[in-house]
Amino acid sequence: MTALSAADYPMAEKRPESIRARSGKPMQDITLEAVVAGSVGMADLAIHSETLLRQAEIARSAGRPTLAQNFERAADLVEVPQDLVMRAYEILRPGRAQSSAEIVAVAATLRQAHGANRIAAFLEEAAEVYEKRGLFRFRY
Amino acid sequence: MTVQGTGANRWQRFAEWDARPLRLDRFAREDPEQGFSAMKSPKDPAPGVQVSGGRITGMDGVAEADFDMIDRFIATYHLDPAIAPEAMAIPALDLARMLVDMTVPRGTLTRLAQGLTPARLAEAVSHLSALEIAFAYSKMRARRVPGNQGHVTNAKDDPLQLAADAAVAVGLGFDEIETTQRVARNAWSNALACAVGASVGRWGTLFQCSSEEAEELRIAMAGFTSYAETVSVYGSEGAFIDGDDTPWSKAFLTAAYASRGVKMRCTSGAGAELLMGFHQSQSMLYLESRCLCLQRAMGVQGTQNGGIDGAPVTMSVQGGARELMAENLIAVWLDLECASGNDARPTESEIRVGAKIAPYLLAGSDLICSGFGSILKYDNSFNPSLLNGEELEEFLVLQRDFEADGGLTPLGEDKALDLRRRALDAISAVLEELDLARPTAAMRTSVAFASGSNETQSFTAGDASMMSAAIEARGIDVTDVIRALHKRGFVDEAQNLFNLVRLRLSGDYLQTSALIRGGRVISAVNDPNDYQGPGSGYRISAERRDEIGAIRDQISRTEVLRSQAIFEQAESRRVLYEAQGDADPGTATGEVVIGISPAFGIRIFQSLAGQPVSAMLDAVIRGIIGAGGTARVVRMHHTADTSFLGLCAAGLAGSGVGIGLQAKGTAVIHRQGRLPHHNLELFSNAPVTTLAHYGQLGANAAAYAFGRSPEPIVVPTGGIALGARFHAEVAMLYAVETGLCEDGAAPSELRVRFGKDAAA
Repeated sequence: MTALSAADYPMAEKRPESIRARSGKPMQDITLEAVVAGSVGMADLAIHSETLLRQAEIARSAGRPTLAQNFERAADLVEVPQDLVMRAYEILRPGRAQSSAEIVAVAATLRQAHGANRIAAFLEEAAEVYEKRGLFRFRY
Repeated sequence: MTVQGTGANRWQRFAEWDARPLRLDRFAREDPEQGFSAMKSPKDPAPGVQVSGGRITGMDGVAEADFDMIDRFIATYHLDPAIAPEAMAIPALDLARMLVDMTVPRGTLTRLAQGLTPARLAEAVSHLSALEIAFAYSKMRARRVPGNQGHVTNAKDDPLQLAADAAVAVGLGFDEIETTQRVARNAWSNALACAVGASVGRWGTLFQCSSEEAEELRIAMAGFTSYAETVSVYGSEGAFIDGDDTPWSKAFLTAAYASRGVKMRCTSGAGAELLMGFHQSQSMLYLESRCLCLQRAMGVQGTQNGGIDGAPVTMSVQGGARELMAENLIAVWLDLECASGNDARPTESEIRVGAKIAPYLLAGSDLICSGFGSILKYDNSFNPSLLNGEELEEFLVLQRDFEADGGLTPLGEDKALDLRRRALDAISAVLEELDLARPTAAMRTSVAFASGSNETQSFTAGDASMMSAAIEARGIDVTDVIRALHKRGFVDEAQNLFNLVRLRLSGDYLQTSALIRGGRVISAVNDPNDYQGPGSGYRISAERRDEIGAIRDQISRTEVLRSQAIFEQAESRRVLYEAQGDADPGTATGEVVIGISPAFGIRIFQSLAGQPVSAMLDAVIRGIIGAGGTARVVRMHHTADTSFLGLCAAGLAGSGVGIGLQAKGTAVIHRQGRLPHHNLELFSNAPVTTLAHYGQLGANAAAYAFGRSPEPIVVPTGGIALGARFHAEVAMLYAVETGLCEDGAAPSELRVRFGKDAAA
């Protein structure tokens, strides 16, 4: 599959057939009627990691490489459960971890359980920087 | 010591200035060491970059080994080692000139920005005047069509009022609305209420609920909100840590929002580091430039900047307003969506408010305000905005004045009330259906008509807390709300809310500067700002021009003549003008001739001061007679100009003194032989001229006729902007007068009869 470009945007108009919800349900099946009937829930109203990777391609073609990288990190997080997302965010906040090992452990979980390699590497980088800048200190 | 006889010890103008709202603002002396410096501080580093082996090894005077967290993040993720040497080799002044050169494409500059350091970006924009910054901003902002964002909050966290006010904000055309709460735990009920209100009328207004970082994400996950904005970043490491985050935690959060299909922008702005006590003695602009490079590095699509909560302290410093514009320019130069501040009210002076907003309105912005207070000041839970519900119509008029698109559209009274009622019915249905509350008809009615929460008999913040806790505890999400709306017959609203949540599937609105117009995602990808001079970039369409122009209560000739016709019948009972043929010159020494205008009492029956024209004429005649003179009335047909009415009347008067009197009330005393515009006395301010003044005018005319020198009559204007209040009507009335003029027509002698028998 060739990379998408700005010409494929908006995907909802130009590439509707390629869009699926995180649940795997095709976009065209996700309608108000289906919500009312109770056959569509929040998992069907969530973005699929593939879609984020396509949006990353579009962002890159529009000259926005850092935005593309964010979409790629985000693609890593799509299948990560909310609790773990919140735990990873919390451990990255200053003073939450008492040592770099705690952050590295969360990174390992993300990598091993969810294949979130980009995000895991990002956390490991944070652990190294926090060590250097003395962030593993008491805050509250 | 006071000067004898005056009781004053100073020029009293200063006492008057002290009493103006401006003097409630406090101004700070420039003091870079203490962080009070807008654009430049001795502690700002010299711009520079070192690249070695394809890596950034030094930036703005700091070697890699000494990088703090922010330096490290910017050097790793923002600076492109392939572009940096080329971009940093361009002198700052040349970059500044490229910014205002309309022949240099935006894309050239955004590419170079990927290799520019914070210090260089700040240095370059510092070369621009405020006017040049505004121009560069209009060229550099990412999306072509401008937009606007409004706050929807109230002092009680009342969900009914939130829904009604959200519907109105959507009706006014806000592309985004933002809520927050007085009581932190009310975030869930606030979010639900605004989501329902924003689904009334049309779909596509993005909605956010500013809350604690983690909770805000959970609310977004439940589908109630469609974007997040208050993800703050800071320009110094100390401030960042005190803000309870790091570049990594915030970048993680940025990815987390995108992973849930939720649009997000960061927040930063001048003054934040100063207020937090970690300014490093550096200028506000340099620190903000670091924030912005950091945001681009994180890969967030946009920023809310321009001194958000820090705007007031920034505006206290010399050049503060210019700095706010400059930091917005850096944001768009870095190719970020910019919600350009004009948010926290930085002044009590309405003139400073108007001046602050003007360049943004003219330049356009992705979101001109990152929180226009669509509600009253006291209901704004973020604190008052630069512009608020009180002043909203002024903004609409500014759009019309400058034919500049501020993103808003005038809303008629009936439409506004319809939207409020529909939103109140919809939120009531949802609260009942989900067993959260039972709003009464009386509550709904009080909210429908209320301008603000002081006037409502509705839910309190405590009631909202109960609802909020239930929403959270029971795991109610947006699909429950959609189903409730649908079940209770609010099918359009259910569809509108569903459409908004469904945006998450394609992620199209995650791209830079995205908003929804007419059911379509419009962003910097499919609507890029292509400004290259006149005829390019955003232009107001004919249709949009009509929308912007449609403010309420405009007058035209039709309304003016209709209102005059209302007085015609009453006037016909008061006065009768009997034409006696051509007027001849008089001979009596005490005779004053009154020359009335062509439409006087024929088409125009009431003066600008609201007096019947017959009463003005009667007062003048009585004044003349009372002073021993005699009065004769002639109607001029060849002119309606006050000076010539007066001069011609003087030419017909036995005394050589005449009065010119227009139907709208402008009057003059003239004397034969004088130059037309060199009269004896002029009443040019008809709207403030009383019948007593017209009587004195008659008396003075008689005095001049007898060769005396009376004290001229001065009509006090009271400093009223008479032109603004009356000139549209004046021009329309005067056109009626000139329309009746005939070249060379002789004045007619009139016999004027006042009183009950007038209509005979």
